[in-house]
Amino acid sequence: MNQETATLSAYVPPKARSLLEPHRLFLMAVFLVIVFCAVWFLRWDWMPKYGSRLAYGVWQTLVMLFWTSVVGFLLALPIGLVQVTGPRPLAWLAKGFCTIIRGTPLLLQIWLLYYGLGSLFAQYPEVRSSFLWPYLRQAWPYGFTALMLSFAAYEGEVMRGAFAGVPRGELEAARAFGMSRWTMFRRIWLPRAIHRALPTLTGETVLQLKATPLVATITVIDVYAVISKVRQDTFLTYEPLLLLALIYLCLTGILVGGFRLLERRIPTRGA
Amino acid sequence: MTDSAQAIEVSNLHKRFGPLEVLKGVSLTARQGDVIAIIGGSGSGKSTFLRCINMLELPSAGTITIHGETIVMKKDGHGGLAPSDRRQVQRIRSRLGMVFQSFNLWQHMTVLQNVIEVPVHVLKQPKDKAVEIAETLLRRVGLYEKRDAYPAFLSGGQQQRAAIARALAIQPLVMLFDEPTSALDPELVGEVLSVIGDLAREKRTMILVTHEMKFAREVSNHVVFLHNGIIEEQGPPEAIFGAPKSDRLRKFISSIH
Repeated sequence: MNQETATLSAYVPPKARSLLEPHRLFLMAVFLVIVFCAVWFLRWDWMPKYGSRLAYGVWQTLVMLFWTSVVGFLLALPIGLVQVTGPRPLAWLAKGFCTIIRGTPLLLQIWLLYYGLGSLFAQYPEVRSSFLWPYLRQAWPYGFTALMLSFAAYEGEVMRGAFAGVPRGELEAARAFGMSRWTMFRRIWLPRAIHRALPTLTGETVLQLKATPLVATITVIDVYAVISKVRQDTFLTYEPLLLLALIYLCLTGILVGGFRLLERRIPTRGA
Repeated sequence: MTDSAQAIEVSNLHKRFGPLEVLKGVSLTARQGDVIAIIGGSGSGKSTFLRCINMLELPSAGTITIHGETIVMKKDGHGGLAPSDRRQVQRIRSRLGMVFQSFNLWQHMTVLQNVIEVPVHVLKQPKDKAVEIAETLLRRVGLYEKRDAYPAFLSGGQQQRAAIARALAIQPLVMLFDEPTSALDPELVGEVLSVIGDLAREKRTMILVTHEMKFAREVSNHVVFLHNGIIEEQGPPEAIFGAPKSDRLRKFISSIH
């Protein structure tokens, strides 16, 4: 008995984290060697020449990510909501939409829209003469639509769960104090659901970022397309792809950091 | 004259859940300044009755009048009633301060934001005025220091006091308490009861569903004993607790002590 208490009191709490622990120093050294090798043994002389095109590509990727996520999320709200509140036919419709979009590859959806719908449009003079044709003859509207619908479907499912998960009592309190349905939705239900869903939304937005290069397959010029061009021109493989990996890694880091800031605005207990 | 002094008048209220009739014709009048305690065993219908007053449960039959204004209801086609005018119900609700058993604070808002939410977004008061009132109320319930805390970081007693401040912030005609201490740890009950007791002493009109018999006896001026959906006995607390007439009430009181 006595011994037991002695061992218990001898417990040493883990040391505070330090950057200078041996295993960390070792990993940093390995990383530096890799960076050194990459810089020293690989060819990077093409970079200045493609710098502005790369910047343009990154910008296109970000624009694509931002707008498909924003519009997709706005679409996801009603998709999630009607599955919780009904009416039934709308709920089925939303459910069906989510099932179809989530059940088929995004690449297939992009191609169906671009090669399928796009070429169909071209056959109709009515479409060709409409004010929309200058847009419909380009590739990006199809890429945008496919990415946006995909995000809407996945986030629709996330928001369905988030809406359903807001405690009944909090909504009841809103009703008990005379809130109209719209006020309750705007002030209580929606912010509460988004707050609950935020960690999931972070991950989903990162996935969306990594889905954007698929639009390069239908001739939209994003950062991936620029890197492909570099590979064709210079016959280099590793260097452009390594750079591309680094770019996506940085974008992901920024994205996650941004969402963290957003999450931290309302602290959750035990998180 | 009597109309303006009448805060709440409920007459012949019925509530059915499917085949189960929870309220079988309950009538109750609360004058201004009344503190009415509703007691009864579980399943007696006391919470349902309270929730019917602000239409959180829709009654199957009966009328509810608040400050002389009767809630207009129509048949809903399933043998129950539904409000004819949703805006009227919303307006009346915004004058009734409800306190729930499980607090139901909005978790994505700080304590202060919870308290000013209804004044600002339902009653359309200017924000600075609402904040001023809210801070006074939070001082009163002893939570001024916690005004920027989120509910999840508060104890049950603190959450319930914040919920009382939220209900007071709408300057309610009547306060409705639905078993406000039933979800609390025993050592936290006292702090909440003392806040409610203060409100009772300043002659606020309130209806209180509670299991705290001693407290009910102290603060109320009228006690209603519900059993199986009807009022079995009612009267001043001294009579109800001191000289119960019906067998059931006698049994109920002895089972509590």
